[in-house]
Amino acid sequence: MKKGYLVLLLVGLGIALVITLFSPLASSSPDGLERVAEDKAFLDKGKDAPYQVIADYAFPWVGNEDAATILGGAVGVVVVATFVLTVGLGLRALSRRTAVAGTKPAALAPPGSAGGKAGPRER
Amino acid sequence: MAYIDLPAPAFPSPSPMHIPDGFLSGPVAALGYALAAAFVAVAVWRTNRSLSEKSVPLMGVTAACIFAAQMMNFPVAGGTSGHLLGGTLAAILVGPWAAIIVMTSVVGVQGLMFQDGGLSALGFNVFNMGVITALVGYGIYHLATLLTNGRRSWVLPIGVFVASWLTVMLAAFATSIELAVSGTSPLHVVLPAMMGVHALIGVGEGLITAAAVTFVLTTRPDLVEQPQRVAREGGLS
Repeated sequence: MKKGYLVLLLVGLGIALVITLFSPLASSSPDGLERVAEDKAFLDKGKDAPYQVIADYAFPWVGNEDAATILGGAVGVVVVATFVLTVGLGLRALSRRTAVAGTKPAALAPPGSAGGKAGPRER
Repeated sequence: MAYIDLPAPAFPSPSPMHIPDGFLSGPVAALGYALAAAFVAVAVWRTNRSLSEKSVPLMGVTAACIFAAQMMNFPVAGGTSGHLLGGTLAAILVGPWAAIIVMTSVVGVQGLMFQDGGLSALGFNVFNMGVITALVGYGIYHLATLLTNGRRSWVLPIGVFVASWLTVMLAAFATSIELAVSGTSPLHVVLPAMMGVHALIGVGEGLITAAAVTFVLTTRPDLVEQPQRVAREGGLS
């Protein structure tokens, strides 16, 4: 990855982490759907999740509620970014492979060879 | 405007339109998964040929910032809160198809790890908040860029505002229909209530998205998806 992109990544992740620092200030009022569910009396149809990891964005085993929320948010930021970067790099690797395969004359890749798996030509 | 702070409800989720378990019937939940899977498949197919080197870090950063921003519930009238959905913002930064991947990742992590949005509702949560917002938001943004023709103009942030507001309304509309078809609440009850609340929440979405896009256009214009640059390169300005 070029240096400029690394800087972009670090600055962007920094912005996201700074936003999570403010998460304890977020309004705890019910949100749009929850408010409607309450007003229109179908809130009790909602069920709790079958399991909990970081429910309500509060990191477990942290006594201070604000710290728990910030920590939960920071973990989420890192997990989401890591996941998307992995998917993105995977897709890039795929597209590079198909791009290279696509530039080869068809005669170079015998039918049924490994190159046939990507099947770039009929797309 | 006076905000009435109600006591914290027992309901576990601090997010708008993250549908919890129990709100959608089995067939509706299954339809949501099918729709989400179909659009994610198209998104993967469209992006695996077109991702530039810059796209990957930008997608990661966009996802991280949208995840963080979604935690920041802002108060709207009457003791209700809302927060960014971010689909329009993602689409403007990384393009509509990569935005679907970004939004699916955000909503997926929220559902699987943070119990924000039910597992059974994950399909429609992805579809409502990730697919509709990214595709429609991008379409309207694209129209605004055609109007401005690559020039800096007030039309663009206004277009971004309108695009984001409309996507929130459409997501609320879709959610209402899903709830009604599931038998959770009749359409004539849930639809006007949802549209009313989200007309306000959409204003927040519009302001945040317009501000964020203006910020990126000012600091790193090279990062914003390309319709206006295409226009510039095409010698239209």
